[in-house]
Amino acid sequence: MNYIPNTNAELQRMLESFGMADFEDLLKNIPGSLRYRHSLNIPSALPEHELVTHLAGMAGENTKYDACFAGAGAYDHFIPAVIGGLVSRPEFMTAYTPYQPEVAQGTLQAIYEFQSMISSLNGMPVTNASMYDGSSALAEAAILASRYTGRNDILVAATVNPHYVETIKTYLSGTNINVLLIPASEGLVDYKVLRSSLNHNTAALIIQSPNFLGLIENIEEVAGDVKACGALLALAYDPISLGVLKTPGEYGADIACAEGQPLGLPLAYGGPYVGLFSVRQDLIRKIPGRLAAKTVDLNNKTGYVLTLQTREQHIRREKATSNICTNQQLCALTAAIYLAVMGKKGIKRVAELCLTKAHYAASEISKISGYQLKFAAPFFKEFVIQTPVSPKKIIAGLSKFNILAGVDLSGFKMGLKGCLMIAVTEKITYNQIDELVFRLSKVK
Amino acid sequence: MIPEGLKYSKEHEWVNIEGDTVTIGITDYAQGELGDIVFVELPSVGTKVEYMQPFGTIEAVKAVSDIFSPVTGEIVEVNTALEADAGIVNSDPYGSGWIIKVKIEDGSELDQLLDAAEYQEHIGQN
Repeated sequence: MNYIPNTNAELQRMLESFGMADFEDLLKNIPGSLRYRHSLNIPSALPEHELVTHLAGMAGENTKYDACFAGAGAYDHFIPAVIGGLVSRPEFMTAYTPYQPEVAQGTLQAIYEFQSMISSLNGMPVTNASMYDGSSALAEAAILASRYTGRNDILVAATVNPHYVETIKTYLSGTNINVLLIPASEGLVDYKVLRSSLNHNTAALIIQSPNFLGLIENIEEVAGDVKACGALLALAYDPISLGVLKTPGEYGADIACAEGQPLGLPLAYGGPYVGLFSVRQDLIRKIPGRLAAKTVDLNNKTGYVLTLQTREQHIRREKATSNICTNQQLCALTAAIYLAVMGKKGIKRVAELCLTKAHYAASEISKISGYQLKFAAPFFKEFVIQTPVSPKKIIAGLSKFNILAGVDLSGFKMGLKGCLMIAVTEKITYNQIDELVFRLSKVK
Repeated sequence: MIPEGLKYSKEHEWVNIEGDTVTIGITDYAQGELGDIVFVELPSVGTKVEYMQPFGTIEAVKAVSDIFSPVTGEIVEVNTALEADAGIVNSDPYGSGWIIKVKIEDGSELDQLLDAAEYQEHIGQN
């Protein structure tokens, strides 16, 4: 099938219109040495059936784990089948950006429902239509804070996911915003150093709870001091954890961001994921991205529109609040359907199962000789274990039994050599935990 | 509607001079061009403003504009009534729709502003 819509006759007419006989004439200004004249080194085409067999064979070479204990920001939660069924409907799947409300009511309502559900979950009054992922959402939080406060220093707890920290730094390079890392102590941000680092240049504190190491930070401990110095509190959270833990709204966060992947999105080798971005009410005109709102039309019928677009770059040009003026709609829709399917009780139950099973796993693993919990602070669904054998060896050894044992922290420059981080979701069974414990005890 | 006795900037702000303090707003022409004004982003009292530098923004339904300060000085008062109802700028641009009051540093800047007739000519050319 030819995907180029112009016929040869049309192409010829176009060439003739600017006095050229041949397509090659169009390229004659490109030096010959820069032209690639060989055929591409790819196999020839296959019939559909042979292609499917070939690709299935390649896919079959992947290791398929029965139990996934790896987390570090992306979690293997259960995904109800109804999500795939609804998300793949062509009305959602192929819809383009909803700038024309008269033909985009479904998409706009879906955004509105998503925003409303995330706000119900995290206790923040305003949530936007979503960002690309959790890490870029946090970078946008830094920009918002700097613009709002007129200050240039962003304090970032060293216990924030290192990938997020890297993204924040990349995002802010070339701006006059400085990223200052506040060191960790015993797996939590060092509150003493943090307090002494707050000053009249501080635009925001970015802190994550549960943090990268799975531990619950003492947000109350610092929230007052952050506000007293006139800075904003930007909190990164795990949406599933809010089934049992305090919400960013309850902590008095000014900005709340999260990686939305745990809400029904597959791990999918790292993406696409979805960023959740919420703020307190009076920051609404400072937020990045799009925002859907409910209104009435001329006949007083309910309708949905994009609103407050004067923040965005298609209107505000170089003074826009952000260069992001789109959203991760299909993934946001996935999260909205997930939340609708689970409901308040379901989210709470998932969180309780994660909490209970993770604590069972931690306590059983700690009983194995040589294995011990690295930190004493409370955790939610993920914890760090000091191992007697190198984590690399453990992960390789257990993968033979189709167990992905966790994430090796040795490579994260956090001073946690010989530490394995283990995440336990509601999908993991007690049998699988017992199997993990047994296999760990055998690794030499 | 261009009141006599006020001074005007080419960016469509008006200035009412009362000793060393001036009141600043946007002109009737400006509010008409913007359309329904939904939000005025006000600076805080004590902020320094500079001659023809932006000090705030005005947001209409489909556009947003900077508001420029026609004088250099320090803001001594802002019209907080606009926080509740920015539409006052539409309905009474030269009166209750004023935006800020500034204590000026350099009175000579005022000489560079337009009078009513000159402003009329300026917008006539637009």
